[in-house]
Amino acid sequence: MSLLNRTAGALYRRPRLRLSLLLTAPLLWLTVLYLGSLSVLFVSAFWTTDSFTSEVVKVWSTDNFHELFTVPVYRQVILRSIGVALSVTVLCAVIAFPLAFYTARVAKAKWRPLLVVAILTPLWASYLVKVYAWRLILSQGGLADWMLKPFGLNGPGFGLPATVLTLTYLWLPYMVLPIHTALEQLPANLLDASADLGARAGRTFRSVVLPMVLPSVAAGSIFTFSLSLGDYITVQIVGGKTQLIGNLVYSNIELNLPMAAALGTVPVVVIVVYLLAMRRTGALSSL
Amino acid sequence: MENAVRLTRTLQVAACAAVLLAATACGSSDSSSSGGGLNPPDLKAQSKLGKSEGEVNLIAWAGYVEDGSNDPKVNWVSDFEKQTGCQVNSKVAASSDEMVKLMKTGEYDAVSASGDASLRLIASGDAAPVNTTLVPNYKDIFPDLKLQAWNSVKGKAYGIPHGRGANLLMYNTQKVTPAPTSWAAVFDDASKYKGHVTAYDSPIYIADAALYLKATKPELKIKDPYALDQTQFDAAVALLKKQNADIGEYWSDYLKEISAFKSGDSVVGTTWQVIANLTADEGTKIKAFVPKEGSTGWSDTWMISAKAKHPNCAYKWLNWIVSPKVNAQVAEYFGEAPANSKACTETSDKNFCTTYHAADTAYWKNIAFWNTPIEQCLDGRTDVKCVPYAKWVQAWTEIKG
Amino acid sequence: MQLSRSARIALRVAAGFGFAVIYVPLLLVLVDSLNPDRSASWPPSTLTLHWWSVAWQNSGARAALWVSVKAGLGATAIALVLGTLIAFAVARYRFFGRDAISFVVVLPIALPGIVTGIALNSAFSTVLEPLGLGLGLFTVIVGHATFCIVVVFNNVVARLRRTSGSYEEAAMDLGADAFRAFVDVTFPLVRSALLAGGLLAFALSFDEIVVTTFTAGPGIETLPIWIFNNMTRPQQAPVVNVVAAVLVLLSVLPIYVAQRLSADTATASRV
Repeated sequence: MSLLNRTAGALYRRPRLRLSLLLTAPLLWLTVLYLGSLSVLFVSAFWTTDSFTSEVVKVWSTDNFHELFTVPVYRQVILRSIGVALSVTVLCAVIAFPLAFYTARVAKAKWRPLLVVAILTPLWASYLVKVYAWRLILSQGGLADWMLKPFGLNGPGFGLPATVLTLTYLWLPYMVLPIHTALEQLPANLLDASADLGARAGRTFRSVVLPMVLPSVAAGSIFTFSLSLGDYITVQIVGGKTQLIGNLVYSNIELNLPMAAALGTVPVVVIVVYLLAMRRTGALSSL
Repeated sequence: MENAVRLTRTLQVAACAAVLLAATACGSSDSSSSGGGLNPPDLKAQSKLGKSEGEVNLIAWAGYVEDGSNDPKVNWVSDFEKQTGCQVNSKVAASSDEMVKLMKTGEYDAVSASGDASLRLIASGDAAPVNTTLVPNYKDIFPDLKLQAWNSVKGKAYGIPHGRGANLLMYNTQKVTPAPTSWAAVFDDASKYKGHVTAYDSPIYIADAALYLKATKPELKIKDPYALDQTQFDAAVALLKKQNADIGEYWSDYLKEISAFKSGDSVVGTTWQVIANLTADEGTKIKAFVPKEGSTGWSDTWMISAKAKHPNCAYKWLNWIVSPKVNAQVAEYFGEAPANSKACTETSDKNFCTTYHAADTAYWKNIAFWNTPIEQCLDGRTDVKCVPYAKWVQAWTEIKG
Repeated sequence: MQLSRSARIALRVAAGFGFAVIYVPLLLVLVDSLNPDRSASWPPSTLTLHWWSVAWQNSGARAALWVSVKAGLGATAIALVLGTLIAFAVARYRFFGRDAISFVVVLPIALPGIVTGIALNSAFSTVLEPLGLGLGLFTVIVGHATFCIVVVFNNVVARLRRTSGSYEEAAMDLGADAFRAFVDVTFPLVRSALLAGGLLAFALSFDEIVVTTFTAGPGIETLPIWIFNNMTRPQQAPVVNVVAAVLVLLSVLPIYVAQRLSADTATASRV
């Protein structure tokens, strides 16, 4: 028997060894590199900075977190950011559902792959360029103003609504795709059974389709929520003078890394909580 | 086929150990901060110029290191690269804070630091003293730029002056009438253009508010807008919080300001001359000037990193950028007063130096150059403590809401 | 599920509106790349192909494109290997901590990019500085690979869950050892999932800006960083629009391929 055969046999008899071999490299990468650097960052949130030279003073102190909880502007910004993330998620779900329903079940089967391509293509247009395109649309006298003029309205201009709008646009494909996949995979016989039992379209939708698609909506929401919560670039371009938690982290990185780390732990905690909540709906397996 | 396997605790324990190890490894306290005073670490300037290293990494304000990629006619980098063999890699920084941070990484060789960054770099040991004998063009620099409070400590030079300029008030002549003469256009009268006022996005802008209060509220007794005790500071912050309601957006990226003025999203606010020039080039009808209360400004200094990997090329760059012809090119493109007195004969506009007050020492006394606020009041007061820059940063976050 | 005629029409209109909204900003970018005016303004006065020829000759854009491709390939390769390894472990074995692993794998992409960015930046600086190394292309690749793992993982795990392990067992009953079974039976089954995951990972890495900003060394300019640096320059902004338009036009084919590869084999029904 060749060496290869003998190794294969040895491995076959030792499932634990096989598993360790499979897991070592990726776990080392994820835990040591990624989780390790995150924990070091978290530890540095308990340090302070010399106010003049901006050198980090590695002495344990809870000053940063104390400041985080007492100074009102931080609370405002955190709540604002969570609000933005939730609004974007809800808006994305509301817009994505009819779109995905059309592409998954109403459109002719031969068009479906092309429609999915049509949904995914914007993901390849650079994120920055898309945001700048929206800046163009929302600027004074831009496309938004031009389209709303006949109705006597003005465009939203730059600010919080503009940020929510742009973020919704950016992450829409991330919401459409999981819903589309789920709707596509919905077994037709379930819908037929529901009709046989006397349910009309509305009832079938509420009682059969929605519960089965919910994990995918939750999966999509993970992307839209987390991507919106930490975003600092879009708000700088279309948000006018608005500040979100990402901007606070970014502005502190230069001079006060411990404070930036402390500020950064907030979205991390929020997202971890959100992920744990979504896990119950089975979202993580339909990502 | 699923294998139920008890994953050995070993892997998990190893992971936890790695994490703890990483955390504790950085737990040792190491602090060499001077804490508030200006006691720079004892670094030595380079004594002589060695061989070119072949490249140099620069941090610069937008418009300082132009290699033709923005405008093929605006290029003073290619000639430098040809003559010295040093390839230039430059990073544009939008603010002094960004420059301080980038210098701390140790990956850059030289930086064009304004006064609110230079002292911090000196104090933290990120900038090394400069041996001015290695920069032959230094002798022609205007005397009132040499060995100033922001680029030298105890007679030791820490950089080569690049040029100086003032922050201006820019307004759209078609939308802002009557023509403003004072900073009141962005403070007390800002509500007239609510949502279309802009301001520079940096904590140093608090000094602009202080400068305005110096003229309009003399009872506060503000002498130096960078030396503010708590009362004066709170007044400036209150003024800015009031202004925030009228602000459309703050700018740090200069093209953003250009496009904002062009589209009409901003109609009045602070600016630099180069931005005003480019905005006018785009067809927008604007005017930019120094209002009657005076203005804040900057005097930039090229400094060398203490950790520079290419110090010889860095020195060569310093000598190049303050050479008469190049200094004239930069000054004209950016719209600032050159540092080299001989540059005035090299400018394409023969009145350039007069327009920009290059040799006018009295003019610059009215411009409050960006400086770093520290606890020891910069105006010499010893009875009060002034608010240090770290608090300015905090306040700036609160002002923006 | 029988939908009434009005419902179908309403859906069709809604979908049409949805697609219109998705594509209007992209069309705007395309129109803007034809705008002779330098800084973005609306509406453009005339149309010109001038910027397209400038972009073609722009060496900065081409260099950045090449750096992005290299980073993407590197990150995808690492993600493919690591993602597949975890996918096999999670799909084919039951062990303590299995759910935790699926959770940890999602974290790099779920947590805010800025937090991942500064964490990796501090880690790299602390670890690499004593060795005399600095940030460079390989730190970018490491950063990208970390959040690309989950994409490959999801695709492969989904595929492994749909194919039962009995194929491998059958192969082994027929005399193949574990390696032979993998090469001849398992790999062809997951190949298309790997390809789809790899394409998606490449796309993610290609357009990533936040983590890249913090992990790239001074000379490293990926395409998004080039776009970020040049959107703020008067002469370069229209070139950026051209680059974006080209990216969109060129990406249609890989997306189509990826879509076909990951399409479910079960028949999709028509309502």
